Amino acid sequence: MANSNAAPPLPETHETVTRAMERVWHRPPLIRNRALRWTSAAAALIYLGLALNSLDVNWLRVYEGFDRGWRFARGFLLPDFISRWSDIVIGMQESLTMSFTSTVVGVLLSVPIGIGAARNLAPPPVYLLCRAVIALSRSLQEIIVAIFFVAMFGFGPFAGFLTLSFATIGFLSKLLAEDIEDVDESQAEAIRATGAGWWQLVNYAIQPQVMPRLIGLSCYRLDINFRESAVIGIVGAGGIGATLNTAMDRYEYDSAGAVLILIIAIVMAAEYSSGYVRKWVQ
Amino acid sequence: MLRIDNLRKRYRTGDEALKGVSFAVPSGQIVGLIGPSGAGKSTLIRCVNRLVEPTGGRIFLDDLELTTLSRAELRKVRRRIGMIFQEFALVERLTVMENVLSGRLGYVSFWRSFARCYPPADVDKAFALLERVGVLDQTDKRADALSGGQRQRVGVARALEQDPELLLIDEPTASLDPKTSRQIMRLIREICAERNLPAIINIHDVLLAQAFVDRIVGLRAGDVVFDGPPSDLSPEVLTRIYGEEDWTALQRGQEREDEPSASDRKIVDGELERRTTLA
Repeated sequence: MANSNAAPPLPETHETVTRAMERVWHRPPLIRNRALRWTSAAAALIYLGLALNSLDVNWLRVYEGFDRGWRFARGFLLPDFISRWSDIVIGMQESLTMSFTSTVVGVLLSVPIGIGAARNLAPPPVYLLCRAVIALSRSLQEIIVAIFFVAMFGFGPFAGFLTLSFATIGFLSKLLAEDIEDVDESQAEAIRATGAGWWQLVNYAIQPQVMPRLIGLSCYRLDINFRESAVIGIVGAGGIGATLNTAMDRYEYDSAGAVLILIIAIVMAAEYSSGYVRKWVQ
Repeated sequence: MLRIDNLRKRYRTGDEALKGVSFAVPSGQIVGLIGPSGAGKSTLIRCVNRLVEPTGGRIFLDDLELTTLSRAELRKVRRRIGMIFQEFALVERLTVMENVLSGRLGYVSFWRSFARCYPPADVDKAFALLERVGVLDQTDKRADALSGGQRQRVGVARALEQDPELLLIDEPTASLDPKTSRQIMRLIREICAERNLPAIINIHDVLLAQAFVDRIVGLRAGDVVFDGPPSDLSPEVLTRIYGEEDWTALQRGQEREDEPSASDRKIVDGELERRTTLA
């Protein structure tokens, strides 16, 4: 359809007015200075080109990689649960134990730290200390922490347990503290007005408001910890990750596929049940 | 007996909410605090139990000066002052009974309250109060499952569970329909009469105030601009409190209510013997 047909005919007077004014409008640009706008765009493009050039791709190796990838995919499609079954069972047991214990310990430690990191409950020195603990835990990635604990306490699930507990603190305390800061102040005010002490205030006005979220987040963290246990196992912190790593090192992609399928199944089961729990505690 | 003497409050933002307010409330008197939004009504009643810290002046409950108390002493005094809130301010995920029992928090130890193991006398009193305000059948429901009127009844019961010597009531009917509003105001009035309790009620609704309170204090921009009986609320006085407006329509609706009318007796049915047991 032609463009001229799109607009309905305007009344005579209106048309004359628009023609007389000829007002144009453009969206204001993000960067107002025209020179700055063009130079920054050009600089970004040049850097991107140089950076891509420096990647130094070995195309022959990429071609071989497709072959390996295919073998991996085939192992995944034809998983071998049998030949390494006892290793898989041990790895799974370690991982499940590790993720459960670290979640429980992490939550127990997160509750006081989270309360301390809530501006509306804690005095400034406690607040700063707890926020510092959270920042430390969040800034260190699990694998780095795992390498550190493996170096300290040797290979095995104990290092994994410590790593995941530490990571849980950063995750849960931060979200709990934010939830506490968002509580309905009027309920807290009402409890304070009865002459309640600080602990009673926390127990009667804060806890009922944040409990559903705390339970939901704990379920979610259990799920994350299980997945992380598969990753940190690769750096020696035990669990199903160690089993997976061994299978990969031996080019037993069918056993590795079996491990991955089990991980996916458990994560999905955890996802489903935590959704159910969260709905139930509302 | 509550005495407020030259009370001042200046917020950190520089807003002067109260500019030297003075008045006294004798036992059994219900004072309605009226005034436009931002006049300092809410600040005033929160200064009494120091949910808001006053910046000047003094407040006495009987002979005790509230403005100079330490944290621990303040907790002890707060037990003696019951408060009823605008949006009820019940802890929504707790049961009705837990909300009422929270009125005893100032009296019991943390572990007792944590274990919900209150002295039998407290529990007994809570049951009696729930019956008195007419929500006994809701005892184990969660507070957020109740209707507005029922929630405010629980709010009243929580305040009374404290065995208060004074009630501070902040816009008790702001989120209620007209009929429920009148029922709640009547309930508050009866309870104050039963226990000879003084009360300060912040209230927006001038007609409701005129019908249910003994005395009106009009606040405007942090100053008391009227203090007298509800019958003295003339159009000139309302203009002094709220500013220019045609007040004649409001005047026509004026009527005093001293005794509960027959049509509204439903909720207080058969309470006479209860009254004697509670008194």
